[in-house]
Amino acid sequence: MEWTYTVRNVLVGSSLLGLTGGVLGCFALLRRQSLLSDALAHAALPGVCVAFLLTGSKSPEVLLAGAMVAGILGAFAILGVIRNSRIKEDAAIGIILSVFFGIGIVLLTWIQKLPSGNQSGLDRFLFGQAATMGTDDIRLLSAVTLLVLFAVVLFFKEFKLVSFDHGFGVSLGLPVKLLEFGLTSLLVLVVVIGLQMVGVVLMVATLLTPAAAARQWTDRLGAMLLVSGGIGAVSGSVGSLASATIPRVPTGPAIVLVSSVILVFSLMLAPRRGMVWAMLQDRLVERRIRRENLLKDLYLAGERGIGFGSWVTLPILMGYRGLSGSGLLRSARRLVKNSLLERSGDQLRLTADGIREAAKVVRKHRLWESYLSRRLELPPDHLHRDAEMMEHALSDEVVDDLDRRLGYPERDPHGKPIPREAS
Amino acid sequence: MSDTFVILLVGCMVASSCALVGTFLVLRKMALLGDAISHSVLPGIAIGFLLSQSRSSLVMVVGAGALGVLTVFLVERLQRSGRLYADASIGVVFPALFAVGVILISRYASMIDLDLDCVLYGEIAYTPWDLVVVAGTTVGPRAVWVTGLTLLLNLVVIGLFFKELKLVSFDPGLCEALGFRPVRLHYLLMALVSVTVVAAFESVGAILVVAMLVVPPCVAYLLVDRLVLMLATAVASGCIAVFAGYGLARVLDGSIAGGMAVAAGGLFILAFLLSPRYGLIASWIRRRRAVGRYPAQ
Repeated sequence: MEWTYTVRNVLVGSSLLGLTGGVLGCFALLRRQSLLSDALAHAALPGVCVAFLLTGSKSPEVLLAGAMVAGILGAFAILGVIRNSRIKEDAAIGIILSVFFGIGIVLLTWIQKLPSGNQSGLDRFLFGQAATMGTDDIRLLSAVTLLVLFAVVLFFKEFKLVSFDHGFGVSLGLPVKLLEFGLTSLLVLVVVIGLQMVGVVLMVATLLTPAAAARQWTDRLGAMLLVSGGIGAVSGSVGSLASATIPRVPTGPAIVLVSSVILVFSLMLAPRRGMVWAMLQDRLVERRIRRENLLKDLYLAGERGIGFGSWVTLPILMGYRGLSGSGLLRSARRLVKNSLLERSGDQLRLTADGIREAAKVVRKHRLWESYLSRRLELPPDHLHRDAEMMEHALSDEVVDDLDRRLGYPERDPHGKPIPREAS
Repeated sequence: MSDTFVILLVGCMVASSCALVGTFLVLRKMALLGDAISHSVLPGIAIGFLLSQSRSSLVMVVGAGALGVLTVFLVERLQRSGRLYADASIGVVFPALFAVGVILISRYASMIDLDLDCVLYGEIAYTPWDLVVVAGTTVGPRAVWVTGLTLLLNLVVIGLFFKELKLVSFDPGLCEALGFRPVRLHYLLMALVSVTVVAAFESVGAILVVAMLVVPPCVAYLLVDRLVLMLATAVASGCIAVFAGYGLARVLDGSIAGGMAVAAGGLFILAFLLSPRYGLIASWIRRRRAVGRYPAQ
C-alpha cells in the first residue's frame, strides 16, 4: 500500500463518518428508527438529481442540499402515510424507499443521456466512491462531525429523554417535536454525507451496526455513544486501509464488513449479554441441577427405609431418572471432592454433610408443594412437577420465609416429613 | 414476439409473482424482510455464478434461495435472542451480506459476467435478446421462461397452502393451536420470496423487486378487505404499473425498471387519496358529514 494523498483522505473521511454515524446510529437504534435511516438513504437520490437538473452544478454543497431536502420529504411522507391510512409502518417505509429510489433512477438515467450529464459523477451516490474524496469533502465532513458532536453534547439530556420516555418529555414541557425533528435532521445530514462514500444500501449499516455492537457492552447511553463512535471510527479506518491494501475491494463494503465482524464478536462475547457467556451460565446451572438431583435421590432412597448414609448402587440410581452411569459419575466426582459423597466401586453414599445438603433440597421441594397446595389450592397430583423445578431455584432466605408463612408445617401434602435444619 | 411484448410480458409476470407473495408479507407486517432478502441474496448469486460459470444455472437460484433463507434465519435468531430489536436485526443483517456480495463481485468481476448496475436496476430492456436454445431450436427468451416458471410456482404453492397462509397471516395463535406449524409456513413463504426475488433480479433488478413486493399489495390493502380480492387487486395494480411504467420510461427515455417503480408509486398515491373506503378524501368527507350531523352546541 502506498501512503498517498488519496489513501490519507479516504482514511480520515471514513473514520470521521464512522464516528458520526456510530454516535447518531445509537439514537436511531433506541428510537426504533433503524429502517427509517435506510429509507432516508434511498429517498435522497431524487434530491441529488433534481438539484443537478435545477442548477447544473456538481458541487457537493448543492447536491447535498438537494439530497437533504428529499430525505426530509421522504421522512414526512412516511409519517403522512402511517398517520392518514391503514398502511403499517414497515410497508410505508418500503413504499417510500422504493418509489423515491425509482424516481431517482429514472432521473439519473435521463440525466446521463443529456449532453451536460455525461460523466456527471452522480452515480457515485449509488454505490459510494470513497476514493473520489477530495479535501473539500473532508472539510465538509469535519464540519458535520463537529456539528453533530456539539449538538449531542449540548442536548444530551434532552435527546436521552426523547429516546427513552417520549411521554415524560412532553409532560415536562420540553419541545419534544422540535427535538425529534432536530435528531432526524442530523440523521438525514449524516446519511446524505455518507451516501457518496459508502452508497445507498450500506449507509444503514454505517449507522446501525456500530450502535448495535455498542449496545451489547453497556446499558448506559453515554457509554454507548462513546463505544459506538469508537467502533464506527475503528471500522472506518480499518476498512479503508484494507480496501487500499487489497486490490479490488471497494471501501464501503470493507467498512461494513469490519463493523459487522465487530458486531458478531460483541454479540458472542460481551460480558453478561454475550451468547457465549449465556451458554456457559446455562451449562453451570444445568450441572448444579444434576448434582442436586443426585443428592436428593440418595436422600430419598435413605428415607424409603435403607437408612441415610447407606450405600446405593449405580444401577438403582440410573433407574430413578433414566440417566447414564457415566453422567451420574461425572456429577458424583465434584460431590466427592466437596466431601458430600463417598464412592466405592459402583456404589455411592451420602456423608453427614451430604445428608444436610440433600435435606435442604428436599425441604425446598416439599415446602413449595405445601405452598402450592395451601395457597393456590392445587390438587396433590399437580404439585410435583413444579416443585421439581423450584427446588433448584429457591434461595435459602426465600425458603425460610416460606416456612414461616406456612406456620412451620411438619409434613407436605403427600404426608412426607419436611426436613429441618436442626435434624 | 416483438420486443415490447416480451418486456411487458416479463414485467407482468414478475409483478404478478411479487404481488402474490408481497400481499402476505404486507399482511404479516414483514414488508421490510422482503426488502432485506432482495439485497442479501447478492452473495448467493455471486457464489452461484462463480461455481457454475454461467448465468442460467440452477446453482445460482439455489445459492440465492439459500441466502434468502439464511437472512430470515439470522434476523429471527437475533430477534429471539432479545439482544436486538426486530427492526435493528433486519438493519444489520442485510447490509453485511450485501457487502460480502459486492466484494465478491468486484474481486472476481473479470471472471463473471455480472455487474452491479445490472443487479440493482436490471436490464429488462435486453431480455428479448437473451434466448434459450433447446436441441438446436430457439424456444423463446430466457427471462420469459424463468419468470413464467416462477409465477407458476407461486400460484401452485399459494393455491395449495391458501387456507394455512390465510390463517397464519391473520391469526398465528389460532394457526398454532389448530396444529399447523407457523414457523414452517413462515419459512415456506420466505423461501418463495427468495425464489421470486432471484428470478426477478436479473430481468428487473433489486429496486423494482422491492417496489413490486410492497407497493401493489398496499394499493390493494387500501381498496379491498377480502384476501382473495386483495391478491387479485394487487396483481392487477402490479400489471397496470408495468404498462404505465413502460410508457413513462419510453417518454422520458429513462430506466424501465425505475419507471415501473414510479408508476406503482403513482397508483399508490391515487389509492391513498381516492379509495372509497380508506382514502384520505373519503374519510375527510365522512368526518365533515359526522360533524354536520352533530353540530357543536
